[in-house]
Amino acid sequence: MSQPPSTQEHPGVIPRPPFIEPGHTFESVTDKIGAIVLEQGVRRGWLVGFTIAFSLLMVLLVALTNLIATGIGIWGINIPVGWGFDIINFVWWIGIGHAGTLISAILLLLRQQWRTSINRFAEAMTLFAVACAGLFPVAHLGRPWLAYWLFPYPNAMGMWPNFRSPLVWDVFAVSTYASVSLMFWFVGLIPDLATLRDRSPSRVGRCVYGLLAMGWRGSALHWHRYETAYLLLAGLSTPLVVSVHTIVSFDFAVSLIPGWHATIFPPYFVAGAIYAGFAMVLTLGIPLRWYYDLEDFITMRHLDNMARVMLATGLVVAYGYMMETFCAWYSASNYEEFMITNRFFGPYNKLYWSLIFCNVVAPQLLWFKRVRLNLGLLFLMSIIVSIGMWLERYIIIVVSLHRDFLPSSWGMYTGTVWDWATFIGTLGLFSSLLFLFIRFLPMISIFEMRTMVPEAKIDESAEAHH
Amino acid sequence: MSEPTNHDAEAALDLAAVREELAAARGRHYWRSLEELARRPGFEAMLTRELPRQAAHLLDAVDRRQFLQLMGASLALAGVSACTRQPTELIMPYVKAPEEIVPGRPLFFATAMPLGGVGTGLLVESHMGRPTKVEGNPEHPSSRGATSAFAQASILGLYDPDRSQTVTSAGEIRTWDAFAAALEKALEPEQGKGGAGLRILTETISSPTLAAQLQALRTAYPQARWHQWDPVASDGARLGARMAFGEDADVQYQFAAADVVLALDADVLASGRDHVRHLRDFAGRRKPGPGMNRLYAVESTPTPTGARADHRLAVRGSDVEAIAWALAAALGAVPQAPEGAAAAHAAWVQAVAKDLGAHRGSGIVVAGDHQPPVVHALAHAMNAALGNAGKTVVYTDPVIAEPVATLASLRDLVADMDAGKVAVLLILGSNPVATAPVDLRFAERLEKVPFRAHLGLYEDETAEISHWHVPEAHYLESWSDVRAADGTVTIVQPLIAPLYDGRTAHEVIAVAAGKPQSPFDLVRAEWKPKAGADFERWWRTALHDGMIAGTALPPKTPALRTDWVGTALTEHAKIEEAKGLEVVFRLDAGVLDGRFANNGWLQEVPKPLTKLTWDNAALVSPATAKRLGVVSGDVVEIAVGDGAVDMPVWVLPGQPDESVTLNLGYGRRRAGRVGDGVGVDVTPIRTSAAAWIALGAGVRRTSTRYLLASTQEHDRMEGRHLIREATLAEYVHEPEFAQHVEHQPGDDMNLYPPYPYEGSAWGMTIDLATCVGCNACILACNAENNIPVVGKDQVSRGREMHWLRIDRYFEGEAESPTIHHQPVLCMQCEQAPCEVVCPVNATVHSSEGLNDMVYNRCVGTKYCSNNCPYKVRRFNFYKYQDWTTESLKLARNPDVTVRAYGVMEKCTYCVQRISQARIAARREDRPVRDGEVVTACAQACPADAIVFGDINDRESRVAKTKADARNYALLGELNTRPRTTYLASVRNPNPELEKA
Repeated sequence: MSQPPSTQEHPGVIPRPPFIEPGHTFESVTDKIGAIVLEQGVRRGWLVGFTIAFSLLMVLLVALTNLIATGIGIWGINIPVGWGFDIINFVWWIGIGHAGTLISAILLLLRQQWRTSINRFAEAMTLFAVACAGLFPVAHLGRPWLAYWLFPYPNAMGMWPNFRSPLVWDVFAVSTYASVSLMFWFVGLIPDLATLRDRSPSRVGRCVYGLLAMGWRGSALHWHRYETAYLLLAGLSTPLVVSVHTIVSFDFAVSLIPGWHATIFPPYFVAGAIYAGFAMVLTLGIPLRWYYDLEDFITMRHLDNMARVMLATGLVVAYGYMMETFCAWYSASNYEEFMITNRFFGPYNKLYWSLIFCNVVAPQLLWFKRVRLNLGLLFLMSIIVSIGMWLERYIIIVVSLHRDFLPSSWGMYTGTVWDWATFIGTLGLFSSLLFLFIRFLPMISIFEMRTMVPEAKIDESAEAHH
Repeated sequence: MSEPTNHDAEAALDLAAVREELAAARGRHYWRSLEELARRPGFEAMLTRELPRQAAHLLDAVDRRQFLQLMGASLALAGVSACTRQPTELIMPYVKAPEEIVPGRPLFFATAMPLGGVGTGLLVESHMGRPTKVEGNPEHPSSRGATSAFAQASILGLYDPDRSQTVTSAGEIRTWDAFAAALEKALEPEQGKGGAGLRILTETISSPTLAAQLQALRTAYPQARWHQWDPVASDGARLGARMAFGEDADVQYQFAAADVVLALDADVLASGRDHVRHLRDFAGRRKPGPGMNRLYAVESTPTPTGARADHRLAVRGSDVEAIAWALAAALGAVPQAPEGAAAAHAAWVQAVAKDLGAHRGSGIVVAGDHQPPVVHALAHAMNAALGNAGKTVVYTDPVIAEPVATLASLRDLVADMDAGKVAVLLILGSNPVATAPVDLRFAERLEKVPFRAHLGLYEDETAEISHWHVPEAHYLESWSDVRAADGTVTIVQPLIAPLYDGRTAHEVIAVAAGKPQSPFDLVRAEWKPKAGADFERWWRTALHDGMIAGTALPPKTPALRTDWVGTALTEHAKIEEAKGLEVVFRLDAGVLDGRFANNGWLQEVPKPLTKLTWDNAALVSPATAKRLGVVSGDVVEIAVGDGAVDMPVWVLPGQPDESVTLNLGYGRRRAGRVGDGVGVDVTPIRTSAAAWIALGAGVRRTSTRYLLASTQEHDRMEGRHLIREATLAEYVHEPEFAQHVEHQPGDDMNLYPPYPYEGSAWGMTIDLATCVGCNACILACNAENNIPVVGKDQVSRGREMHWLRIDRYFEGEAESPTIHHQPVLCMQCEQAPCEVVCPVNATVHSSEGLNDMVYNRCVGTKYCSNNCPYKVRRFNFYKYQDWTTESLKLARNPDVTVRAYGVMEKCTYCVQRISQARIAARREDRPVRDGEVVTACAQACPADAIVFGDINDRESRVAKTKADARNYALLGELNTRPRTTYLASVRNPNPELEKA
């Protein structure tokens, strides 16, 4: 009845490679993943990487200190371009986070088993990206110490935030997203934390992992509740994949600036986010599997699948660009037409054409299997897409603002050294957190990987016959 | 404790006496005096008495040394404080409050601001004894309620912390008495010689009191000479009148009666003498319809006047004369024009001549201040031939006390200085070292004068090489009197006691005459004989009204002579076709001749045509720039004669080809912390022979570039209907022409129910047909609303803070564009895009339709600015306000919040004025009357282009202007429902020239 699909039943279909390389047992999976945390200790490569990341984190510290001490004038923003790197980076980081949630929640609900070996670190990536993103809406304020005014809380002033403002929607969207993602990630970690507790050679490790494991003993009841909770959280997360970036896109779509005021923004932003997110998963996954010998778990089939998702979402994004251009023409509005002309031929046209190259032209190579299976090219592609998605936000935010309705107030924008320092600093924050995660937590879900080994399959089918 | 040994010495040594003694000592002498003092008997006793606690240390051998150090310092400080005359400071509240002072309510006093020898009548707002805002005096003929940009900015000049604060001699601090003594001593030898070595250099002066004082002084010293030098005065006009009439005459242009105006390189509407009245009268005749006037402008560089003109002809400054000849000949004012004069513009000349001829007695021909005398003489001849003289062009005696051609006067002085004839030179309120043409070598020759004293607001370049410098009292601190352009006298009364040890020219002359007297007494003494029986009553009336009725000069009818024509024709024939580039020197629209260089408001206000701030640039036409291979910001070397300067280029459409305009007043060395080193000093290439127009200049490109901070980077409207304009004929055919250009969404196009505005609903219209872009409104807004100055760096980053800006657009080909100006301030949209997007409700709508900005609530997301289609919001990217300089704190309007770092701000429709009027109205239980609330910009506008009021009041002026067929909303198609709307521009071109 529930025989595994075989080539015999589908003649002519080339067998697809498995999601875990042959030869693994329950034991070997646990050993291999657990060892990265428990036995390998601090490796030289990790130390070098972490040092660099931590130095960049210090750059962020300096940049933010200067920002508070000197004033937001250290950035390149002006009138008319009131948002620059701050909001570009905010949207970029939020977008990157999306892949994690998509992999965890939607692929789980769709029973895509291949998600298993990448979901853990994709979720971690989501959390860390949201942490980086969350910095910017606060830092970009003229008076960041009053950021809490954006929350609806009872106060002596009798003031509510303005619920008509998309920035208030953002507060809800992003904070919900961050908390649900954290829950989802943590709940998923519990069985593995228990494994680490049991296997940790040191007392400190046993204590800390023990605390975090919350008394997990692996009983059937535990597993039952775990499955229910995890599924519920997946259900909760699913709308978030769509809602967060939809609401972020409202920051622009709700306004009246040509280049912002577009109904296509929600789907186009969500697709862009997934696109960027998968690119980032590849950017992280390819070196990780190489450095920690995880080729058995993160197989070429995984990479191939992710490349396909990138290709698909990339095409949606390309459609978005096309429709923006079409609508500008179809609107017959002078301002809209000018906005597109200005993107094509204006002072920032080099950035626009770079964006088109990065996000539309280059990813077409992913149609070819040879490219998808070439690690070097795939890694390069993921970097190109990340750059492209950053440029997209630059084009949307800066290029729309710098020339809006009245030519008299047109201006130019360039990021200053402090804009760059803040951006690079968040890269430091992101990678610092990621390095700590790799060192202290299993980057691949051990117990879920165990369900992938052949032993698990056999048991399952055997039980089914009972 | 030692007993006092000598009772006499003790009596002599009290602290006050010690301070007084030390006050006269300076520098190392001060310290020596201190040592001597400490050794004097009675010193210890004095210490014990005056400073008992510290004196105890004196007994302790260990503490003694430290104690003496402390004493030295404290006495030193006592000495410093004695440098400036400390007024008696009684810190106590009013026991009996002056009747008129109500805390929080301003008082208004009438006075006048002298500039270029003529006064503009003002009402100055004073809060608790400190002047904060200047308004025009509605009764005064030269103001009629409006003001110039300079008058508005003079408030900041008063409180400038860099003003000179004390009398100095050779850089050392002295007292006024010491100066008086030194001057008396220097004049002693002159008494025997009848003052042969005494020279006085002033700016042009119309003050009757000062003139009388100078007359008296010259009676005492018959050989003394009075020279005048004033770059603001027009020598061309002075000499032109003499040429045409053989006598001195001033001209009063009656634009209110003029149908056709021809400006020959004259910016009569926005700069120079009496331009406020000119613009007001001109604008009164600019209403579209029958009786609309027509303005022709021949210009050597674009000006606000030319921008408003119906026909603007850009020619080189040196070619204006030929056009004047051709026109005069065509009008029969002169028998003939030089051969081939203005041949290239023959059609233009013919059409203009025909038009002027068709409006005999109701036309005006006006020549520019910087044009040579012959152009002025030709203008007089044309006005005479057209029958304009006595009607639209009224002649009077000069208002200047002693009319001279100032450049010639300065040249005479320089010759005398060079010849060693000058023993004592008093320079009163002028800065000739910085402003005199280079060939006079003024500084070098000044050093030959044995006694040279300078009275000025700043320790400037002239003060630097004078023996004595006396700080001048600002006009808002002085008693004086001044004549307006029509001769009407205003008593200048102080609004505040001198902030520093300021003196007026009256006091210096009084000392020189040996009869020191306060300016108050001097002015009263001057007017007492003329006042009639009840002087005190007369005096109070004069001060209250801000003018003395009946002092306007009577019209006269000088006979036009013809003898000059022949000579002038021969002279003209000698002008050969000039080779190379022409350089035109102009006073700057911001800093004038440099006297306002330290005024941050005037440095930062964008110049009307270039929109440049904080710099002067070499203005060239696009074609010339192309020929030279330069773009804006490239530095060129401009050589005239032996001199050369390096200047950045600014390409300006409408500038005539092969002509470079340079603005004076920049590159000051000793202006103060604001003006030092800003821009380029062009005097090295300005000679007295070619003070305004220099021919044969060489321009060479250099490889350097220079950052110029302009507030408007884009000059074209890009096919958008921002400024809507029609010709008079089109307007008559379709008065609503401006309303069908863009689709205006209907009232029902709204997601939310309409808000009923009961009570007042504030609104504004701006008439684009009369606005010339003169900047008075921007400066008025600066003063009223405590707008900070951000500096060149921030302006270049697009962070200027002006709540009101004037957009300038060019339309048509770059050689002869149509130039538009459009003031843009917060539109107070009824459906404001900024309000929806603010997450913290920091910008909200008021019940009267104002888009209120709540600074305290603002967290600084900048989202409101991003979403503002008009981009009128301004953000405090840094702490722009000066929170520390004491004198600047006094300058601020106490009714307006001083904004902190990190918040957004924007035009409020002067909500503080609305509130005041509302409170006053409620107390009297009546609605706010029309005209009771006037925004600062509307009040200052000489063109009366800005009308503000309650649109719910059907009888209000603004309700009527809103009902005008020309009324349209800027970007109304966005359905923002702006409360500020525009009256479309209408021009009145000559159909004959239109066809061509």
